[in-house]
Amino acid sequence: MMDGVGEKTQVSKQNPGERVKNFREVSLGYSADEVLREASRCLSCSNPSCMEGCPVRVDIPGFIKHIKEKDFDKAADRLRESNIFPAVCGRVCPQESQCEIYCVLNKMGAEPVSVGGLERFVGDWLIKNRVDESPSPPLSTSGGVAVIGSGPAGLSCAAELIKNGYSVVVFESLHEPGGVLRYGIPEFRLPKSVVDSEIDYLKRLGVEFRLNVLVGRTVSFSDLRRDFDAIFIGSGAGLPYFLGLPGENLNGVYSANEFLTRVNLMKAYLFPEYDTPVRVGSKVAVVGGGNVAMDSARAALRLGAGEVHVVYRRSGGELPARQEEVVNARGEGVVFDYLTNPVEFLGDGEGNVSGLRCVRMELGEPDSSGRRSPVPVKGSDFVLDFDTVIIAVGQGPNPLLPSTIPDLEVSDRGNVKAGRDGRTSLERVYAGGDIVTGAATVISAMAAGKRAAQSIHEDLKT
Amino acid sequence: MNEILSRERVHSEAVLLEVRSPLIAQSYQPGQFIILRIHERGERIPLTVADVNVEAGSISLIFQEVGKSTKELASFEVGDELLDLLGPLGNPSKIREYGTVVCVGGGIGVAPIYPIARALADKGNCVVSILGARCDELLFWRERMDELSDSFYVTTDDGSCGRAGFVTDQLRDLIDGGLKVDRVIAIGPLVMMSAVSGLTKEYGIETVVSLNPIMVDGTGMCGSCRVTVNGETRFACVDGPEFNAHEVDFDELFHRHGFYLRQEELSLKRYLEACGK
Repeated sequence: MMDGVGEKTQVSKQNPGERVKNFREVSLGYSADEVLREASRCLSCSNPSCMEGCPVRVDIPGFIKHIKEKDFDKAADRLRESNIFPAVCGRVCPQESQCEIYCVLNKMGAEPVSVGGLERFVGDWLIKNRVDESPSPPLSTSGGVAVIGSGPAGLSCAAELIKNGYSVVVFESLHEPGGVLRYGIPEFRLPKSVVDSEIDYLKRLGVEFRLNVLVGRTVSFSDLRRDFDAIFIGSGAGLPYFLGLPGENLNGVYSANEFLTRVNLMKAYLFPEYDTPVRVGSKVAVVGGGNVAMDSARAALRLGAGEVHVVYRRSGGELPARQEEVVNARGEGVVFDYLTNPVEFLGDGEGNVSGLRCVRMELGEPDSSGRRSPVPVKGSDFVLDFDTVIIAVGQGPNPLLPSTIPDLEVSDRGNVKAGRDGRTSLERVYAGGDIVTGAATVISAMAAGKRAAQSIHEDLKT
Repeated sequence: MNEILSRERVHSEAVLLEVRSPLIAQSYQPGQFIILRIHERGERIPLTVADVNVEAGSISLIFQEVGKSTKELASFEVGDELLDLLGPLGNPSKIREYGTVVCVGGGIGVAPIYPIARALADKGNCVVSILGARCDELLFWRERMDELSDSFYVTTDDGSCGRAGFVTDQLRDLIDGGLKVDRVIAIGPLVMMSAVSGLTKEYGIETVVSLNPIMVDGTGMCGSCRVTVNGETRFACVDGPEFNAHEVDFDELFHRHGFYLRQEELSLKRYLEACGK
């Protein structure tokens, strides 16, 4: 390949020294010139493999072709046919393990086309150029569907249903819709104005949102079954796991869910302009190695922590977080303590956390998932000083809703049992996303929501 | 949405707001609470529900002005709307036929104990109520509580009303005087609930407290409200708020309560200055 052609067009970012002082978006996105240059790298395969990697099967060469023709309007339409959240997905999808890994350029020794970068550009173009677009909602003649939870699964289910002519009501317990897009992923990775714009489009299509409604408490599940023709459960994996170690309830120990909810949903980074406080000390530990850990670590830096460590029990090669976010975190000064596992939270005698007692780990045999399991090294205890600890070791399904639904089959781990088609053990009750699979990605939840909507359509039209 | 239908000052530091919320009024059971956010920049704060009126579709909230959000909420007038109101949250109080139940309400805790005491009385329990406050002026709902109780006692720290001393002094006297107590439920400041728990533990009387740790979402997704009960971590918003008092780690709760003290002071100071106070 010619020089340079084999490489992705680099996207500009705020420089690290500057960006750690603010919550503004790190990636600035492609300019119009850059997007044309990147689009021109697509070989427009007649038998495109990239689409196989996309959980919602976006017509990738199709929308890129329109970019090449500088027809962003058509590119946007093509994208929206299969994904109504291009500005969100372009930003948060792990493209490197989905569409881009299938890009034929990989086989030619080149870097894959930046599908995410292109998608984001078109998504942003849509938001900027079609604010006043008022799509005529299809006539609602097919029936009414209740969607529980307004995260990625619920939103994509609602979008698919409204397109098919159903009237859709989304029930959300928090005061803003979006689920993890709202409370989990920080502003510097996914601006809330982007989330607002994409949800606004759904509202203009006719989806009704009822916020501050906790199904199971505010209204009962049986009321919903009486009032709607079908129900989709997309209540997510919002139950934070703790480590279950001594001292975990000391002051200064947060679940990542709490920390990020305070920062993102409640805008605690703007305290005291906003009323919700958050406290980080001078030395912060984030336990875990996924995207939630990266988000927490980078948010802690921006809140003024002097030093932030990611404490991870495996090695760098096993970090489950997106590579790009690990690089961003490292660039901002986050320190990675690998093969390190906490065994106790230490206190200062006044109820505050003062450190972690850890053990050194080494990697043993691969486990069932193929990852090498960490094994503690005997007698390797050591103490690290921290005044804030954020636990980001995963989340489980929130049991509140399933526990109020008699006869709904739930796994031992609390996940709602549903097939790939979204059907559950109850007639005309569907489920998808993290409540079914456990914590996964935004796009896989969106794919599940879409598939469930297709099942609902099949079942209701007959 | 969430319009304030009536407002009443119950004493110099506390206000009652009757808020329109038909869904919550309909689903509410004694012992549950709500989370509210008063405006766009507001925080989410938990408040217990003191009463509901299903016909009017309203709920009554009584709260003490202790910091920025509650002071600002106290400045709301009839006709104003609360931005966000979520509920009912938490598990309902267990209302059974226990026999003799002592209901202890300390300070603002009289408000949440009232619907529980009423439900216990309706269930046929012998309800003995003890209300406690710092002084006479800070007592409210005496008549309401007296009316539903089989016997009724008041204590004030300074002796300006009822017996001088604490609710625990009254409770100890009743037990020592031969009252057979089947269950105690105590709601009020942490220090009071902890003291009641300590006392009834001595006598082996089953005791329930309604905990009020710091909360954010109130739906079990963050663990801000976690408490140690019988050596295990529980979330007060979904596993409680009522717990067996004798199993609660009160020391830990005290510590966790104070975590944002400096921020709370700063926020209040800023608010009062902006109000010109």
